[in-house]
Amino acid sequence: MTTTLPTRPVIQPPRSPASAPRRRKPRAYKIFRVVALTLTVLLFIAPLVWMFIASLKTNVDIYDASKTLFFTPTLDNYDNVLSRNNYFGFIFNSFWVAFMSTIFSLLIGVPAAYAMSRFAMHRSALVVLMARIIPGVSLLVPWYFIFANMRMVGGFGVLILSHMFVALPLIVYIMISYFDSTPLELEEQAQVDGLTHIGAFLRITLPLSVPGLATAGILSFIFSWNNFMFALVLSGANTKTLPVAIFNFVSYASIDWGSLMAAAVVVTVPIMVIALFTQKYIVSGLTAGATKG
Amino acid sequence: MTTMVSTKPTAWEKSSTWANHHRKWLFASPAMIFVGLLIAVPLGWTLYLSITDSEGSVRAESNLVGLSNYAEVLSDFDRFWPAVMRTFIFTGGALAIELVLGMCIALLLWRPFRGEKWVRVAILLPLVATPVAVGMMWRLIFDPNIGFANQVLSWIGIPAQPWLSGQYTALPTLMFVDIWQWTPMVVLMLLAGLTSLSDEPDEAARIDGANSWQRFWFVTLPLLRATVIVTIVLRGIDALKTFDILYATKGKGGGSFHEVETLNIYAFGLSFDYNDYGIASTVLILFFLLIIAIMWALTYRRKANRS
Repeated sequence: MTTTLPTRPVIQPPRSPASAPRRRKPRAYKIFRVVALTLTVLLFIAPLVWMFIASLKTNVDIYDASKTLFFTPTLDNYDNVLSRNNYFGFIFNSFWVAFMSTIFSLLIGVPAAYAMSRFAMHRSALVVLMARIIPGVSLLVPWYFIFANMRMVGGFGVLILSHMFVALPLIVYIMISYFDSTPLELEEQAQVDGLTHIGAFLRITLPLSVPGLATAGILSFIFSWNNFMFALVLSGANTKTLPVAIFNFVSYASIDWGSLMAAAVVVTVPIMVIALFTQKYIVSGLTAGATKG
Repeated sequence: MTTMVSTKPTAWEKSSTWANHHRKWLFASPAMIFVGLLIAVPLGWTLYLSITDSEGSVRAESNLVGLSNYAEVLSDFDRFWPAVMRTFIFTGGALAIELVLGMCIALLLWRPFRGEKWVRVAILLPLVATPVAVGMMWRLIFDPNIGFANQVLSWIGIPAQPWLSGQYTALPTLMFVDIWQWTPMVVLMLLAGLTSLSDEPDEAARIDGANSWQRFWFVTLPLLRATVIVTIVLRGIDALKTFDILYATKGKGGGSFHEVETLNIYAFGLSFDYNDYGIASTVLILFFLLIIAIMWALTYRRKANRS
């Protein structure tokens, strides 16, 4: 590095040559690090814990400051949300829309990403990735009227299509960088052995890309599950997804905090469980492109 | 391609040869057609609506009005320009804090330690949580009467704050929510960049006697440049378009004083509350151009710096 550092003339020898070449960190730093890490974890986790605690309280207890941490837990809020407010239906809707939009996006996105990677179709890739930049609202008015004309508004079809708008660019983006790093030699080898180009893609490259497909699929599912704006406009009474259902919870006069928090737990817990088990894939998908120039 | 042809190719072989020959567009076209029909056509329609006085229903009679919508919007200091301001304040403020905080946390997590896995899980959870639910959660925590935030303030003797319901505190509070949810994203991006760095430049600087801060500022940060820019671009796009937490906590029009009305919220309200499609489309086209201009400036500078 040719930066202007105040260099000392004498190279200091490592303090304890017996241990690792890396200089030992002072004790104060270690303590600082533990404290800082603990604070970080608390900052990110405490609100979620608070949401969970509130979902176990009656509304009387939520309003009582003396019962912040000591209260009798109750499952009434969950009972109210799940049985009286038909949340099982919304859970199914959210799941179905997220699942189908992910499947369809994988079906058309993965071959496209493959072609864009292997044939260096940078401009086509840019067109698909534009969808990541466009504000969703600017498509909603035309969508609404196109699909209203086709009598599709309120059905699952339009929701799945609109969520593919989020899923497809994500999948193409992740899979392009995945295919870019998959060696070409294996495909060429397969062609020498008699497979066609498409055959080599289907039988060699695709099976090797399962981690990439998992990454793209899981992220696409999460983003679709969490999506709010498209379903807010395009869903009907029978196809409402969970985020919209939660939003509608507060449009009445007074807020039923306990049930609202229970509903929030119901929508976030499935996605967090998925995240716990697929952490590695989620991180690799979210950081795709982070180390490229 | 050449080995497959027998003397009399069957229909299957013929179509297989054809498919392999045209695989580039065969593979790419379904996605391209989807993008064309669902994105390019609607975007073109929005562009067209922006030069009409369409209102009430898109199918109702409307007249071409040229650029008068643009003149009207650009001279609207009541709603449009404040919304532009708020969009910039929200994005710039949240993004800056996310970058600094994210860098600190990424550096803390950089070197391996015991329990690393659990810390990583902890920071992943806000990231995957449903934004609407996150909005509701903070709505309870920041509730002026029963919220935990004011309870904490009362313990340390600070008067209660209105948080989300205050005219001047709502936007900063929502920036805080954005920071809570998206700093983990910045951490993960920067951490991926940090892990990919080689140890040698850092080690060399250490031998030259540079202290921790100098090594970070003059060695690590310049090497991380590309990662930082990618992070700014990706996070910046999403922050500019933030909708869920704003709408879930403040509802239509960004509150009674429009205190959190960003461009996205404003355009959504014009489209679906006022059905003023002409003006709404104009705002959206301007918003879109703004995003492209910012992205172009960031990536253009990157290219200029590289050469």
